[in-house]
Amino acid sequence: MKAGLALLCIVLALASLALGPVDLAALWARDPELARSLFIELRLPRTGLALLIGAGLGASGAAAQALFRNPLASPDVLGPSSGAALGAVLAGYFLGAGVIGMAMGGLAGAGISLLLLLALAGRGAGTTRLVLAGVAVSMLLGVAINLALSLAPSPFALYDLMFWLMGSLNDRSLPQLALAVPLILIGIVLLLRAAPALDTLALGEEVAQSLGVGLSAVQARVVVAIALATGAGVAVAGSIGFIGLIVPHLVRPYVGHQPGSAVLPSALAGAALLSAADITVRLLPAGLDLRLGVLTALIGAPFFLCLIMGRR
Amino acid sequence: MLEAIDLSRPPMLAPTSLVLHPGQLTGVIGPNGAGKTTLLKALAGLSRGQGHVRLDGQPFVPHPRRLAWLPASRDSVWPMPASALVQLGLGPAAAPDPAAVAAALAACDATALAHRPVSQLSTGERARILLARAIVARPAWLILDEPIANLDPGHRLDVMALLADEAARGCGAVLALHDLDLARRCERLLLIVGGVVVCDGPPEFVLAPGILATYFGIRRDNHGFQRI
Repeated sequence: MKAGLALLCIVLALASLALGPVDLAALWARDPELARSLFIELRLPRTGLALLIGAGLGASGAAAQALFRNPLASPDVLGPSSGAALGAVLAGYFLGAGVIGMAMGGLAGAGISLLLLLALAGRGAGTTRLVLAGVAVSMLLGVAINLALSLAPSPFALYDLMFWLMGSLNDRSLPQLALAVPLILIGIVLLLRAAPALDTLALGEEVAQSLGVGLSAVQARVVVAIALATGAGVAVAGSIGFIGLIVPHLVRPYVGHQPGSAVLPSALAGAALLSAADITVRLLPAGLDLRLGVLTALIGAPFFLCLIMGRR
Repeated sequence: MLEAIDLSRPPMLAPTSLVLHPGQLTGVIGPNGAGKTTLLKALAGLSRGQGHVRLDGQPFVPHPRRLAWLPASRDSVWPMPASALVQLGLGPAAAPDPAAVAAALAACDATALAHRPVSQLSTGERARILLARAIVARPAWLILDEPIANLDPGHRLDVMALLADEAARGCGAVLALHDLDLARRCERLLLIVGGVVVCDGPPEFVLAPGILATYFGIRRDNHGFQRI
């Protein structure tokens, strides 16, 4: 399955590079210089970001569900996505920063939300306390985002920020790609290294400990990795919901419902799903400006509903 | 040799020191809330309380082949096949060992359940799968919290026989149980009441009528146990 998903990612990446409102091949014939810069400065970062952010969200979702032993957990419950959104909003207004400034603000926000979470949960906190602290931090940051929006200096600023929060990969550039790539990759690698311990956690925390899993170390590593992988994504692209929640459910039946073994295929499936969503958004008629985050939520919410109905 | 040195977790467990010997089946009995689970968890090195555990003279470090802990909970979140769950008992990132998994499942009379998702099993069936998970790595010590709860009478006897076999091969097995008839099959019994081990010895001593009357409020007559 991993090979199939990897192949799908490659196909979607090529499609993402080739497809768009502008026919690059035709443009190349007329103006090679413009076609080249369009390709390198728009298509390439957009394709790379869709793959990476999707992979980060998918892997984080699988890891969060494994760590909390809860199929309805998503990386958002820990707060770094809200932290990144708040950081970007604040940078957007008080510093009047552009996309790069907002991304830096988002990263700072994700980092601060992580510190807040760890401080609230305390050292060696149980998983329940960690998730409760995460919910508290997310709610607090969500309220802070609303407060910041209601204090917007002008209706235009408000409009821009609202749109940014909906999540999009429009007009992202190479510096943003360079900013997000290392952080998301480090996050994913940390999650992959925690995968065997996350599998063992299926037996419960006490049993995992008795089998030699260092629970606090795994917890800390996974929380930091999720903050890196999702925080960096939100900082660059805004909020993209539901991928982290859905993808692990699509993948887990194919890995024998082993929660940790689902991390790698979830990363691949997340990358494929977000790339497909981004291509869809791009190919919609020009008048219909559907945001990427809105599209993933439009697909994700009914799926989530089916999931809950199926468990009843 | 598993040594418990001043293990305590107020108010559930008063300071307790014990020496447990390999090759012996030890039962832990006591009324509800007496501290059986707290004592077993502490013996398995999982307590957040005081004191420490030494295994063969060394500070205890968890390892699948050293000691297995079986909690009383039969919860299982993920609908993984029973055989995959048993494989996890070999430790994180352990190489797949189908032979060991099959042997553990067979020992728990659960071979027929190997491919069923654990979430679809009955509580008793799941109890047998979880026991198979505990024994799969052939650990030197088995610390089992109520392994025979939820089991039918036949499988209770099977599990007691299995534990006796494990003890015979040199394993130290400690189990909490409420079935005082089956408790007679242990070589040593610990009676714990109010967080204190009040009796420690062979079953004929610990299950004497006076002790049962004092601590459980029961007596035995021709119809079995009766409330006093």
